[in-house]
Amino acid sequence: MISEQVGAEPKKKASLFTVLRENSRAQGLFLISPTNIYLFLMVVLPLILVTGLSFLSRGAYGQVLFRFNLTNYTRLFDALYGKVMVFSLGIGIGTTLICILVGYPLAYFLARAPARQRSLLLFLILLPFWTNFIIRIFAWMIILRSGGLLDTILQWLHITQAPLNLLYTPTAVLIGMVYEFLPFMVLPLYTSLEKIENSLLEAAADLGAPPWKAFLRVTLPLSVPGMIAGTILTFIPAMGMFVVPDILGGAKTILIGNVIRNQFLTARDWPFGAAASMVLMIMTMVLTLYYTRKAGFGEELLV
Amino acid sequence: MSEKKPALWLRIYSFLVYGFIYAPILILIVFSFNTQKLNVRWEGFTLEWYKVLFADSQIFLATRNTLMIAFVSTLVATIIGTMAALAMHRYRFPFYNVSETVMYIPIVIPEVVMGISLLVFFVMINFTLGLATITLSHIAFNIPFVALVVRARLHGYDKAIDEAAMDLGANELTTFWRVTLPTIMPGVLSGAMLALTLSLDDYVITYFTAGPGSTTLPLRVFSMVKTAVTPEINALSTIWVLIIFVLLVIGQVAQRKKA
Repeated sequence: MISEQVGAEPKKKASLFTVLRENSRAQGLFLISPTNIYLFLMVVLPLILVTGLSFLSRGAYGQVLFRFNLTNYTRLFDALYGKVMVFSLGIGIGTTLICILVGYPLAYFLARAPARQRSLLLFLILLPFWTNFIIRIFAWMIILRSGGLLDTILQWLHITQAPLNLLYTPTAVLIGMVYEFLPFMVLPLYTSLEKIENSLLEAAADLGAPPWKAFLRVTLPLSVPGMIAGTILTFIPAMGMFVVPDILGGAKTILIGNVIRNQFLTARDWPFGAAASMVLMIMTMVLTLYYTRKAGFGEELLV
Repeated sequence: MSEKKPALWLRIYSFLVYGFIYAPILILIVFSFNTQKLNVRWEGFTLEWYKVLFADSQIFLATRNTLMIAFVSTLVATIIGTMAALAMHRYRFPFYNVSETVMYIPIVIPEVVMGISLLVFFVMINFTLGLATITLSHIAFNIPFVALVVRARLHGYDKAIDEAAMDLGANELTTFWRVTLPTIMPGVLSGAMLALTLSLDDYVITYFTAGPGSTTLPLRVFSMVKTAVTPEINALSTIWVLIIFVLLVIGQVAQRKKA
């Protein structure tokens, strides 16, 4: 409200200035309003538009008709798209689980590494991910191609005889996704593990717990917040991903992200694409809320 | 944690995971100097692909667009985001919680949803898609990240130094420029660094908000990857990786020196 008065009249400027000087609420509002206005226009309003759009109909030429329609939502659960939804969930869950399995020991290693080396080791994990995302996925395309690098190496080692034909399969998509999201799992896990006091483990040992039991009863439960933060950071982007399936999955691997993209750019059924977006958003939000309420975390997300 | 050294198997395992992380990038670099076009076997050394790359006018244009978008969106988002971080950290104002929640939206919603919602928005208000729409969208996803980073750095900021400046006769504005800003500058810079990298790297949101003639480097690389696998992409990747590595190492060294 105050910021609206800024350019109004030169006379009021002086009074605004005094208000800003003396009133700390006015100062706060002045500082936050550019963000509020910008994000309302560019984030909230567009999302409201998409919500409305998802209840409209598509015309014969791909235009949007202002006719109320719920079939956009029911269509998402028919045989064809229901399969895509299940498959997307599968890839999302699979990516997250593999990231936990691969990332947990690494995070544990980082938490146990000598303090002097730790920041360097963390930096080394992040370093490759500052390069371009498309480039990294392209590298996997080279590696996984039929007769490509992986095939060549495996055949040279006499592990396989024929090409594996990995590229353009769900496996390739999974590999690319895990590669892409592993750091998002490792970092929050590391933050949780690093905070665990060594005295707790010593106490467990003093009370007669063998190391594996101490791990299961002390370390693992205490690292749950990190695991949840990592799950949110991997699952949400994995669910909406369409670039990895596009490059590594070929025509057969279609995720919900691909469906949304296609509806907006090739099939030109915007209302249906909007409905798919709403469902994706609601699924990820419900999950996020459920887990954040359950585990109450904060700083794990902020690494 | 710490105290006990990691077990041998854990060290070997971690070494292998580091291998998994680095292998793709090393392969790209090595094959950018390879005479063979297929990226499968090493045949001989050449700089041919770099020559092809530097003669590629589309790449040149895409690079220019990418840098322009990244620079403008980082600058704007850093200013607005820093203001927001200061507001959230120091002040209580009406609708504080709403403002905070809205800031988290771009971070938690799937990128593709943000991309299509911006597309819908621009089409509905009849805004021609192009460099301007990409830049406006990048600012939107960068503001929350800058605010988050700066706010994290503001934790533990000693307000007493501001009060001291004011007791010595400085007004609010002078105090801000001469005391507050220099103190929080490292946080502001790391927020800007994050915004810059996010903008340079962005494919999804750019894809939905780009128009004819506003191709960026990630978009160009994607269409090259889809049409034909050529070592020109390897050459481009190698240069990209080198630039990023040099920047990061400089950043790290600068930080170490300060500390």
